[in-house]
Amino acid sequence: MQATTATKSAPSFKDRLLEALKGTFGTYFLVVVAFLIVQGFIATGSMSSALQGQLVPICVYVCAAVSLNLVVGISGELSLGHAGFMSVGAFTGCIMASMLAPIIPNDFLRLLISILTGGCFGAVAGFVVGVPVMRLSGDYLAIVTLAFGEIIKNILNNLYVGSDASGLHVSMSSVQDLGMTNGTVIINGPQGAVGISKLSTFVMGFLLIMFTLFVVSNLVRSRSGRAIMAVRDNRIAAESVGINVTKYRLMAFVVSAALAGMAGTLYAMNFSSVVASRFDYNTSILILVYVVLGGIGNIRGSIISATILTILPEFLRFMADYRMLIYAVVLICVMVLPNVPVVQRFMEAFKAKVPWLIDKDALEEPDLAEEGGNRG
Amino acid sequence: MSFSNISRRGFVQAMGVAGAAGAVALTGCGNSAGGSDNGGSSSEGGDGKFKLGGIGPITGPAAIYGNACKNAAQIAVDEINASDSTFKFDYRFEDDENNAEKSVNAFNTLKDWGMQMLMGTTTTAPCIAVSKEASADNIFELTPSASSTDVIGGQPDADGNVAEQRKPNVFQMCFTDPNQGVASAKYISEQKLGTKVGIIYDSSDAYSTGIDQKFLSEAKNVSLEVVANEAFTADSATDFSAQLNSCKSAEADILFLPIYYTPASIILKQAKDMGYAPKFFGVDGMDGILSLEGFDTSLAEGVMLLTPFNADASDEKTQAFVKAYKEKFNETPNQFAADAYDCVYVLQAALEKAECTPDMSASDICDKLVEVFTSSDFVFDGLTGESIAWSDTGEATKEPKGMVIQNGAYVGME
Repeated sequence: MQATTATKSAPSFKDRLLEALKGTFGTYFLVVVAFLIVQGFIATGSMSSALQGQLVPICVYVCAAVSLNLVVGISGELSLGHAGFMSVGAFTGCIMASMLAPIIPNDFLRLLISILTGGCFGAVAGFVVGVPVMRLSGDYLAIVTLAFGEIIKNILNNLYVGSDASGLHVSMSSVQDLGMTNGTVIINGPQGAVGISKLSTFVMGFLLIMFTLFVVSNLVRSRSGRAIMAVRDNRIAAESVGINVTKYRLMAFVVSAALAGMAGTLYAMNFSSVVASRFDYNTSILILVYVVLGGIGNIRGSIISATILTILPEFLRFMADYRMLIYAVVLICVMVLPNVPVVQRFMEAFKAKVPWLIDKDALEEPDLAEEGGNRG
Repeated sequence: MSFSNISRRGFVQAMGVAGAAGAVALTGCGNSAGGSDNGGSSSEGGDGKFKLGGIGPITGPAAIYGNACKNAAQIAVDEINASDSTFKFDYRFEDDENNAEKSVNAFNTLKDWGMQMLMGTTTTAPCIAVSKEASADNIFELTPSASSTDVIGGQPDADGNVAEQRKPNVFQMCFTDPNQGVASAKYISEQKLGTKVGIIYDSSDAYSTGIDQKFLSEAKNVSLEVVANEAFTADSATDFSAQLNSCKSAEADILFLPIYYTPASIILKQAKDMGYAPKFFGVDGMDGILSLEGFDTSLAEGVMLLTPFNADASDEKTQAFVKAYKEKFNETPNQFAADAYDCVYVLQAALEKAECTPDMSASDICDKLVEVFTSSDFVFDGLTGESIAWSDTGEATKEPKGMVIQNGAYVGME
């Protein structure tokens, strides 16, 4: 499919490969190569446990950033409640994994089913929020999604779930009210889900990234994706040619929520405890930062920025007290430097030499997406 | 890529590539250094010292607790290293921002450093995640202040429900949440401090909710009447007039506050402003209220609390510790600090008893320490209690002491 763009003058294999690397294929290629390199390091035992411990969170943030990019970049909406969908996925996934523990002994299969469950519930949450919200736009949408994230956090803070021989018990007040004896408490209010069996693996994280990429990039190239982008670029024009605006915006939003739910499950299953306050406003903003720094609408940029910005604070640990300061300075530099002409010229030249850095599916002008949010 | 005809632009590009290569090399260095440290952990500790790791929040909203632990343990380590003891420590503390993910990262960083035992983590939620990792790696963990039973695991509640299996390598220095909730309810009932109890707790905090739940179930057993059980969250911890009014209209004559001292100080102030004067009863989180900056200590007059540590105690050990802490960090230590200080000395005593050597692996040290901690003749006298012992469950046996604030100081309540 990539080759069709380069058929004019019988291009050489090398040209065709370079052309392909600029497209979605290049993004897959990047992820696979990174995965193989990391696996190589693990196999030879030359990776520190600090870095190894971060592999799954990196995968989670990459998935979250790519899925948020679908809403922010492709659909052109500002969503500030992405962590809310992750927490829905995280907690439902935990319950599912706990319920399945006696039935399915295979860890991988159990994790897979839990992730799918998390995805389904994320999608449901996305749909419930999306139906009324997708009639709003711009600042209003940002406010509602922000509120959604906080509401989810507070609901989960008061959620008690347990299971015993007679099945699942749910309460919104206390463990005592679950009315069960000799059972297992799965979610214990503000103490969150504890006693999660650690099922997440780097391989699963890699597969989830590939799945997320597959869904997002194919959606973007599909008929529906064109419609979503048409709505983003000019809502009135899109409406006038018969595109159902709410439907296509909702589609992007729900797909994004489902993918975030899956990422949330993967996150929760990587630690033996997860609390609702982990998925607060700050986490939503953090993921948005990955998207903005990677380039709005640029999937490959999201992957790279999520990876780097997750590793960076840990890499800076040797600076002790100055760690957070340096982290902030780096963030500011990353935002300011691309607008400095000298750096811009250098990056252009650099990209010309290293073709796989260019994501031709990315937006030509990132400003478009920002404006998209303001159009009524 | 060819650089045969070096133009100015080409030169800039070359520099860029060199810079990128440099960055990669730097990362590579970090990795390889980590790798070699990792190798070191199994063979030896540096120059005959045990490698003691600490984890807690030293940035973010919970930073005061982590900093207290970090500083107090530093004092203990300095004292031990200056003494002629043969059991000395190499000490390193890592930040976790009160976040389970960062806490596990901190744990892994310390593991790369070659940590042989862990003093931490300070706060409950990260500790549950870290203790699972420590359990998997068989590294001995003694937490100064993570008080939930899920930290040590294997503690069924009144109905026999469990959330977490016992992690045999994890022990606590503080008393557990249920211990405090039950002790408070018993104390209020036995001392006949009040007939109608109102509770204000933080529903977004594991510590506060844990105590609240245990208090409620114990209150039923000792036939204590709870007339109001009001919640707030960390996001709304600045105004308590709604909760206070609800307690007031329910005619609660004693308010139970299983919360930290910062919100408690606002509650005391607001209760006074609205002319509501019940008795106040706090738990160990209340400790520190007297040293809170800008707080009028006369408001705390008559407040009762359960705490293992009293910075104004007249015994020699406490006074020496408080003096050292004040000199070095210019503030009065709270019970987090005292627990962390005790942790280091307990570990030293246990290492001595187990006859461990710094060249042993973390796992071997862990096995020996667990044996010592669970043995019946291992008791410890520290700042936070006399003859503290540990059982297989991981809990420390110490009795909460009732204190009442009189004339701006703690006085034992009997």
